[in-house]
Amino acid sequence: MTDDIEYRDYAKGAQPPYLTPNYKSTKVRSPNKPQYKLPRTLTEATGPVFTQDDVPADEWDLSTSATGETALGQLMFMDGVITDEDGRPMANTLIEIWQANAAGRYAHAVDTRDAPLDPNFTGAGRIVTGEDGHYRFKTIRPGAYPVPNYENYWRPPHIHISLFGRSFMSRMITQCYFPGDPLNDECHILQGIPEAVARDRLVMKFDPSVGVNGHALGYRLDLVLRGRRATPMVG
Amino acid sequence: MTKYIPTAGQTVGPFYNYALMRDGENDLTGGGKASGETVVIEGRVTEGSGAPVRDVLLEIWQANSHGRYNHPADDSDRGLDENFRGFGRTLSDEDGCFRFVTIKPGAVPAEGAGGSSVGESAAGGRTGGGNVWQAPHIAISIFASGLTRRLVTRLYFPGEDANATDPALSGIPEGDRERLIAKPGDGGGEKSIRFDIVLQGEGETPFFEE
Ligand SMILES: [Fe+3]
Repeated sequence: MTDDIEYRDYAKGAQPPYLTPNYKSTKVRSPNKPQYKLPRTLTEATGPVFTQDDVPADEWDLSTSATGETALGQLMFMDGVITDEDGRPMANTLIEIWQANAAGRYAHAVDTRDAPLDPNFTGAGRIVTGEDGHYRFKTIRPGAYPVPNYENYWRPPHIHISLFGRSFMSRMITQCYFPGDPLNDECHILQGIPEAVARDRLVMKFDPSVGVNGHALGYRLDLVLRGRRATPMVG
Repeated sequence: MTKYIPTAGQTVGPFYNYALMRDGENDLTGGGKASGETVVIEGRVTEGSGAPVRDVLLEIWQANSHGRYNHPADDSDRGLDENFRGFGRTLSDEDGCFRFVTIKPGAVPAEGAGGSSVGESAAGGRTGGGNVWQAPHIAISIFASGLTRRLVTRLYFPGEDANATDPALSGIPEGDRERLIAKPGDGGGEKSIRFDIVLQGEGETPFFEE
C-alpha cells in the first residue's frame, strides 16, 4: 500500500512555472506564495476509477459526425502509449481531447471569431485505455487561431489532452503540438516550459506507421503520468 | 536516469467546456442516492485584481460518509457505498461562482495504509493502533485559462475538532490555515457551506505542491 504513495516530486524544469510573464493572464492568476508541502495520504493515492464501459466506443473518432458525415480538413490519427514513470502501461486511464476545427475555430459559444464552424466537427473525443495503455484517436488536423489580446499572435495548431491516471496525484491536463510548425517557437504556452527536452515531449512525431495509407496521416505521442508502484531501491 | 519523465502540464484554456463538462457531475450524491449527510458547497473564484474568474474547471475528490475511498488502493474495511463514486466536476459561471452537492466525508487515515476500521467513537484526529486520522476533507483540483497547470488545495469543514490535529492543515501557518476551512453557508434546509478561492494576492488561498 505504501508503494502507492511513493510519488516522486515533479522535476522543476520539466513543468511550466505558474508565473509565465509572456503568457499575460498568468500575471493575475499565478499564486504569489509558494505551495505548501502536502503529506502523501490515502486521499492522494486514490482517485476516480474509470472503465471502458464509461465511454461510448465511437468517441475515439472525432472526424465522423453523428450522422456519419466526415469533417473538413486533413484526416489524421493520433496514437500512443500512456505509461507511468517506471514505463508501465497505464490501464483504465480516461483520456479526453478537444481541439479547434480545420479553420482554427472551436465549437464553443465563447469562440466568436469570423472563421467558419464545421457542422460535422465538434472537436471532442474520449477513450479509456485498456491493459496495454494504448490510445488512438481519429481526427482532423486543427488550424491555428489568433488570440485577441495580443498583437498578431497565433496559437500553433494543438490538441488539448486531459488525463486521469490511477490517482489524484497523476491527474493532469496538457496540450500537444505538430512537428515543424514555426508557430511552436512563438507559443507563450509551449515555450513557458523551461527545458527544451520537456517541450519536445509535447510535440507529436510524424509516423506513417500509425496512419492509414491513402487515407489519413499518422502522428505519435507517448505520454508519461506521474506515479509508480515499484518498491524504491534501498541501498 | 529514468527515461520516463512525466509529461509537462499546459493550461486547460478557455474552450474546454463542451469536451469535459457533463450534466449532473457537480452532484456527487446522484440526486440524493448516496448515504450520509448532504452538503452543498458554494464559492467564488477571484484573481489578483479581485475580479471573478469564469470558466474555472473545479474537480473534487473525497471519501464517502464512512471514510472509504472508492478505489482499489483503499482496501480498508470501512464501508463502500455503491451510490458514491467520490468524484465531481463543475465550472465557474460569469460571476466566478460554482456549486457542488455532495455528502460529508468520514475521517480517513493519515498514512497511505488503509488503516484499521474507524471505531464507534469515530472522532477524527485521535490516534489509535498507530494510525493518525485526517479531519474530514475534500481534495480540489483547479484548472483555468491563465493557470499553466493544475493548482491543488483542500476543503475542510467548519467546527471540526479534528482540524486542530490534521497533518496537512498543521503544515500551514496559523492565519493561512483558516482559509482552507469552509465557512457556514447561507443556504437553508440542507447543510450549506461556503468555500471561496483566491488565486492570488490579498486572502490568497493556500495551495499545495502537486
Ligand atoms: Fe486551444
